[in-house]
Amino acid sequence: MGKVKVVIIRTAGTNCDKETAFAFEMAGAMADLVHINELAHKTKNLDDYQIMAIPGGFTYGDDIASGKILANELRFRIGREVESFIRSGRLIIGICNGFQVLVKAGLLPNLAGDLETIESTLTLNDSDKFEDRWVYLKRTGDRCVWTREIDHIIELPVAHGEGKFIPKNKNILKKIRDNGLVAFEYVDRDGKRAGYPYCPNGSVENIAGICDRTGRIFGLMPHPERYISPYQHPGWTRKSGKMRDGDGITIFRNGVNYAGKYL
Amino acid sequence: MAWRIEVSEKNGFYDAAGASVTRDIRDLGFGGRIKEVRTVQVYLLDGDLDEYGIRKICDNILADPVTQNYSYRGNVLEEKGRKVVEIAYNPGVMDPVEESAKKAIKDIGILGVRAVKTAKKYIIKGSLSYGEIRSIAEKILFNKVIQHAVKGRSAIPPEPPPYHFTLKHIDMINADDRKLARLSKDGQLFLSLDEMRAIKDYFKRTERNPTDCELETLAQTWSEHCKHKTFRGLIEYEGKTIKNLLKQTVMKVTDELRKPWCVSVFKDNSGVIRFDDKYNVCFKVETHNHPSALEPYGGAGTGIGGVIRDPLGTGLGAKPIINTDVFCFGPTDYPYNRLPKGALHPKRVMKGVVAGVRDYGNRMGIPTSNGAVLFDERFVGNPLVFAGNVGILPKNKCGKKSKPGDFIVVVGGRTGRDGIHGATFSSGELTHESESVSGSAVQIGNPIQEKKVADTIIQARDLGLYNAITDCGAGGLSSAVGEMGEETGAEVYLERVPIKYKGLSYTEIWISEAQERMVLAVDPKKIHRLKAVFDRENVEATVIGKFTNTKRLKLFYDGTLVADLGMKFLHDGVPPIKRKAVWQKQVFKEPRKNTGKDLTEDLLGLLSTPNIASKEWIIRQYDHEVQGGSILKPLQGPNQGPGDASVTRPVLGSKKALAIGCGINPDYGKIDPYWMAASAIDEALRQVISVGGNIETCAILDNFCWGNTNKPDRLGGLVRASYACYDIAKAYGVPFISGKDSLNNEYSAGNKTISIPPTLLISAICVMKNSEKAISMDLKKKGSALYMVGLTFDEMGGSQYYKMRGSLGNDVPRVDPVNGRKIMNSLAKAIERGLVLSCHDCSDGGMAVALAEMAFAGGLGVNVRLDPYAMPIGQELLLNDILLFSESNTRFIVEIADEKKFIAAMKGLPIWKLGNVRGDSYFNIYGPDGKLAVTTGTGRLKSAWQGTFKDM
Repeated sequence: MGKVKVVIIRTAGTNCDKETAFAFEMAGAMADLVHINELAHKTKNLDDYQIMAIPGGFTYGDDIASGKILANELRFRIGREVESFIRSGRLIIGICNGFQVLVKAGLLPNLAGDLETIESTLTLNDSDKFEDRWVYLKRTGDRCVWTREIDHIIELPVAHGEGKFIPKNKNILKKIRDNGLVAFEYVDRDGKRAGYPYCPNGSVENIAGICDRTGRIFGLMPHPERYISPYQHPGWTRKSGKMRDGDGITIFRNGVNYAGKYL
Repeated sequence: MAWRIEVSEKNGFYDAAGASVTRDIRDLGFGGRIKEVRTVQVYLLDGDLDEYGIRKICDNILADPVTQNYSYRGNVLEEKGRKVVEIAYNPGVMDPVEESAKKAIKDIGILGVRAVKTAKKYIIKGSLSYGEIRSIAEKILFNKVIQHAVKGRSAIPPEPPPYHFTLKHIDMINADDRKLARLSKDGQLFLSLDEMRAIKDYFKRTERNPTDCELETLAQTWSEHCKHKTFRGLIEYEGKTIKNLLKQTVMKVTDELRKPWCVSVFKDNSGVIRFDDKYNVCFKVETHNHPSALEPYGGAGTGIGGVIRDPLGTGLGAKPIINTDVFCFGPTDYPYNRLPKGALHPKRVMKGVVAGVRDYGNRMGIPTSNGAVLFDERFVGNPLVFAGNVGILPKNKCGKKSKPGDFIVVVGGRTGRDGIHGATFSSGELTHESESVSGSAVQIGNPIQEKKVADTIIQARDLGLYNAITDCGAGGLSSAVGEMGEETGAEVYLERVPIKYKGLSYTEIWISEAQERMVLAVDPKKIHRLKAVFDRENVEATVIGKFTNTKRLKLFYDGTLVADLGMKFLHDGVPPIKRKAVWQKQVFKEPRKNTGKDLTEDLLGLLSTPNIASKEWIIRQYDHEVQGGSILKPLQGPNQGPGDASVTRPVLGSKKALAIGCGINPDYGKIDPYWMAASAIDEALRQVISVGGNIETCAILDNFCWGNTNKPDRLGGLVRASYACYDIAKAYGVPFISGKDSLNNEYSAGNKTISIPPTLLISAICVMKNSEKAISMDLKKKGSALYMVGLTFDEMGGSQYYKMRGSLGNDVPRVDPVNGRKIMNSLAKAIERGLVLSCHDCSDGGMAVALAEMAFAGGLGVNVRLDPYAMPIGQELLLNDILLFSESNTRFIVEIADEKKFIAAMKGLPIWKLGNVRGDSYFNIYGPDGKLAVTTGTGRLKSAWQGTFKDM
């Protein structure tokens, strides 16, 4: 069997594409960087891939609202292709700006099942500031295929200005919870929900990442691709002996293994 | 038809932007009188649009369906009983959102939109008068250089009238000296009388007057900014004539050291050194002081944007991988009533500069990994904004040469009226009139445009589609094309240059410093393939002319020749300037030392002084981890202490890394620029050593920021600093690979002139073989030994300790590079062998501050005794405050596990044991008399350090 193929979608302002590709390669996949125009002009085809990744960055400068313009391109320029990609059971991950794109395109949490109703948003951090810092995350829901077997508190960096997750209403929030769609919550080092700076943005119920009901579409604000090697961790100089891989790699391995097995 | 759409947060959703404006207003002293500020985003759309279209645009693009409301019929928020201010961009200033908004509207299938403009409305609740609100708005909501408070409602400004071509000549060949001087001044050419005379003579010989375009071209090319006339001219100093100070000092170091790994130095847009078998790396640091003084956000943003284009324009194009930034501001608590006329308040300058660098750097996806921020009264009115960028490029892409017949292709942003006269403006002094006279020299950047350009250029480079590249920086096309065509000759058809709006004259097109543009030399056979690369990602690439073999620069507009200059005169015709330099050492009073008493409060005070206190509020706003290569981050240890150099792996999966450090100390510059420069070099190298780098594969960059060097005393200082660069760098064996100077950093209002202190920034870049050997500065382990490496002297002049006490002092720290080199080499080896658990260099605040930072960063206390007997022979028993706070150079504090091995490794070098790391949080330093000189806890040290800028 050949390697799992990942399409990493990029456009003006995408900037975490190369390290995301590297993370997928470390997890055993093959990754292509593809510009949204190449998909719109059909010089590249989504069908050729098992996993779609929308990496971090500032697509279109976060103008108007973060992720919005690329979200509209997914809906209006390549909507049919995206829909058939999802309907055929393939995987999607959106990281940081990519998470914003998935939410604003209506692909997450997609409780309505129509791939277009906007049920939540990601907006300005309560601090009104972009911040780069490391956070502790706890997996809460059990639905997401990307976060399987993550049973301890993990650490990843966040770097965003618009990461405050807000569901449209209480009902949506309840459904997200009831369906086990909250993939990660921001916690303190003991695994308890805590305020700023543990929760860097003021997200409702500390939500850091969610998936859809199939568990195959996953978005999160923290950057798993920035913690692949142990030497990316801010505390590595205090550790000695053989160090284990970064916490982020598990997420990529989960996705790639799932795709290798089922797609 | 024109539509006005207002968008705001729904009631019940937090308006974070409004809340931070409320905080800022309270900060200005309005306290409880301000109740609430709500923000409204205003969009003005013009075009063939019906209500259905507008609703579709609002629902899908402009408003968030979860958190926001919109209205296209009047106010979205209740405004009764509140005061309203609306801020819009001035006509001709680029609206950063316009391009994205137009694209987004097209994406959803609506094609009739001609123009999009934005404005911001603030709805203010509180008991403030309109007069107060106006003054608040001017202080924090807008900058009149680029924006205005709207009277009535914002409207889309009408398109400027089209340009009607008439060729303008300037009567020069008949002008007398007085008229020549006036021509230079009125035209903002900043050319000296000698230079104007040289131009006059040139045109006399050609028997015609110059066109305005020719004169402007010469002014740009001959500007101090582009030509470095001071450094390369003649200087009379101490009875000698120095010919080309730069060559005699800074560049001479590199020449004499002949490091085989220096690939291209002082030639290209940045200095290039070898990285590994496949790649080289390049580094450039620039300043953007004057634009940042007038418009901090735009000025600083375009500063970082500009320096990123230097590596991008180096060789055949390097991928930008690391940003650095160093800022010098006036004190943030400077009284408003003492501000010189026309100057912005230092706090505002600081916030704007930080935000400008943040928004540009983050959007470009380049980690900002190293920097410094310093404060001094002499930076009021004239802040310093240094921005640096490191790039990486394949070894076989480091050369370039444009050939006759190659097309000249401009790539990226369109040309507008922004940034006219930037090069000449930055070569003059700032005055309180600068804002109105030179407002157009300030630009707003569009980082996403630059990101697109960078992405596509690297693709075109790898396909081998062009022969040469350079950036459009100061002087715009005039400098870029002039430089690339120096050896060949060039012809440009100015009407082909894509412009942002109608009405630009041929001269404006030629000298505009509109951002985000690069110029390529392209073989005509490859032009279609090249354009396809850029087209694919929506980047404009336009052929605007060709390189020739005439050795002349010829410009045409609609078929008419508008400029025709010999390349030789353009590049070599500037008459060498001859200046006098004098140096007379000023003697400052040495304040009395503190003796005997408990210095705990002094240490806590020092940790909270603005120069030393935590800059976490800035560091966290900069993405320092994008690209995934960050190994040592700016904040270290469980409690986030300040690291020395940063360490970054540019190639994912490889252990090889770059350590980046910097050294700067304007306070020493006030006393003696020689030792200021020497100390800056030492500090930059110390930072690199502290993290596990070494000086054998380290290169440095110089950035001189000086006052008006027409004044002999200022120039004398510059000469001394340059001498220090030669003496110290040569002795350390560290080459300079690139540099830049910014002179005339003075602010004049009325008859008062403030000159910045002589300031040299040294940036260091070191190639590290194995980044897994890097160490951080936080204390690691209870019981390990603490050593001081290096000698401490009674040299407190310019120290932060004196500064805190309101004095300057006279005995500035010196550098002994001969012993310094031995110390650094041995320490580097000890660190590489794993003998050192943590290391921090002693700089601002001396050993006590360094030790305190190590302790609270690691959350571990210390027991330390200051041992006078371990001091160098000949020194008297030193006082506690000297031992604690002297900033003597080439000193490090190290934490050691195996003392025996470390002592052996440092044999023959000055090291002395300080004490041990404790398992608890007590921080105790005993004086030579055995009494406690400092006693506190790591928690208090940390709070002191973190408190100063906590609420920024």
